[in-house]
Amino acid sequence: MRLVQLLPIGAVDGRWLSRMAARLAPEFAARCEVLPAALDPEPSFHPGRGQYCSTELLARMQRQRDPACWRLLGVTALDLYIPILTFVFGEAQMNGGCAVVSSHRLRQEFYGLAPDPDVLAERVLKESVHELGHTLGLTHCEDYNCALAPSHSVEWIDLKGISLCAECRARIDNCQLTLANL
Amino acid sequence: MNGKGNLLIVDDETIVRDSLSKWFREEGYQVSAAESAPEALTLLAQRHWDLALVDIKMPGTDGIELQRRLHEINPELIVIIMTGYASVETAVAALKNGAYDYVTKPFDPDDIAHTVHNALAHHRAERENVRLRETVAAVTRPRELVGQSAAMKRVLEAIETVGPTEATVLITGESGTGKELVARALHAASPRRCNPLVVIHCGALTETLLESELFGYEKGAFTGAQYRKKGNFEIAEGGTVFLDEIGDISLKTQTDLLRVLQEREITRVGGNQPINVDFRCVSATNKRLDELIDEGRFRPDLYYRLNVFQIELPPLRERREDVPLLADHFMRKFAPAMNKRIVRVSPQAMDLLQRYDWPGNVRELENAVERALVVAREPELREEDFTLKLPAPGHEARTLEDAERLHILRVLEECGGNQSRAAAILDIDRVTLHNKLKKYGWKRELAEVS
Repeated sequence: MRLVQLLPIGAVDGRWLSRMAARLAPEFAARCEVLPAALDPEPSFHPGRGQYCSTELLARMQRQRDPACWRLLGVTALDLYIPILTFVFGEAQMNGGCAVVSSHRLRQEFYGLAPDPDVLAERVLKESVHELGHTLGLTHCEDYNCALAPSHSVEWIDLKGISLCAECRARIDNCQLTLANL
Repeated sequence: MNGKGNLLIVDDETIVRDSLSKWFREEGYQVSAAESAPEALTLLAQRHWDLALVDIKMPGTDGIELQRRLHEINPELIVIIMTGYASVETAVAALKNGAYDYVTKPFDPDDIAHTVHNALAHHRAERENVRLRETVAAVTRPRELVGQSAAMKRVLEAIETVGPTEATVLITGESGTGKELVARALHAASPRRCNPLVVIHCGALTETLLESELFGYEKGAFTGAQYRKKGNFEIAEGGTVFLDEIGDISLKTQTDLLRVLQEREITRVGGNQPINVDFRCVSATNKRLDELIDEGRFRPDLYYRLNVFQIELPPLRERREDVPLLADHFMRKFAPAMNKRIVRVSPQAMDLLQRYDWPGNVRELENAVERALVVAREPELREEDFTLKLPAPGHEARTLEDAERLHILRVLEECGGNQSRAAAILDIDRVTLHNKLKKYGWKRELAEVS
């Protein structure tokens, strides 16, 4: 069975990660486990921006990825960016083995609202499926219910579901990358 | 447009090119990147791009100058300027030069996604608007194809039969019989009706001008070619090309045209990239192409390509029963524009119109009715409103040959016997006129007329 490993980047609540792993596993017909050691994010910190470069984090994750691991998903509470954008919710290696998601801007309190752990968990899960979808070669989907729908704000993330639509699943099948035999 | 669109990113910083390219690919766009203005211009010449994101500050040619050059090559390209430090000056300079928008780095993901998406959607809507206008024009005009005579019914039946097919059609008939209207009707009856109908009057253009009109040209192909221009075969993508006065094109252009019809691809003047084209060809002529072939002035292989199906339009004098319908149609067409309540053609005027030979065919009738409406008094068009001259009783033509002989001799008389001038007025070449005069025994006849 395929193995998806969740890698904490910086301080992330282990129990929270375990609950997320349990919900993520069926979406990819994979076994999902949380790695005990966290990745140190500091080498990827940009002092001028006060943010962490997701592309650099992915490069470092790639170097320490276990060959037995099908997909390595980094999870962090830190604010991520790529050089040309003000922020990203996550980033993935297109057709690659690693992806990273950040809960920083998915928190209600980031927008001046009262904390809501359930909403946060739902958003992180959707973004995790979204980024892992990119690692399977999928581009953004026009179906707003699909987890691969473009979502550059939390409102759009809240609108979509946690699963891939039938068409995206078919696109994976067409690439000979059926979820069952990956 | 491939998928969501083809984007070209121009920035001298590798990290910007890489991260932006990757991000837009995930969005579903086809993306390429260039690190300098020369590389961007090379990429632009190689293939079609919908939108370019251009950094304003680059070594050598800056973004504003590059934008100007990109638009010289492809005026339809959408350019969005990227700037590190927004200032009113740079924004004004960019927009004045024709940039669609300018954006400040780093971008908010939602903002840049919407800017690019909206620019492409706006551009697409503009092109669709133009296409729809052309379609509406093409669909409405064929209503002018008026006639209930047996000859006209055969033409309308032919349009109905061949219109919906892909067959290449050659329309023949004298000048003014309505060949372009038939071409428009064929287009309107075809599955290509929602795409453009491009009309090219071959006789009105010189050889080189016709070549660049048909095939387009690359920037710098010749003096004055400041911009890349699409040819009519490209513009007609998915639609119909109507080549009017096909008998007037040079042998060289005939060869080029034959190749396009066979290969379904063109190469722009000054270019070397073959471009696939999808069009249906309808052509027309008032000349006898078989005679031109005999004279070595028209390629027989092109003739057979063009003449897959032929529609011959009868001259108006051979369908006189349609004259009342046509006169009534033109009266209703022009009277409202002249603010006149003219509601009928008097019986005497109609008799005159039906007896007249109409050498200029329907076009001449249309002009005659329009001119008569100018001087007419409400409520009807009278005989005296028309300035038509019927032939003297002794010279009244009974056969087509008689009519041709009399018409040629009258024109020749007006030209004082100068055959070159007469041939120009008759729109035939001098050799043809000479042969016809020989056939009609010109010297004796001219003496009679004069």
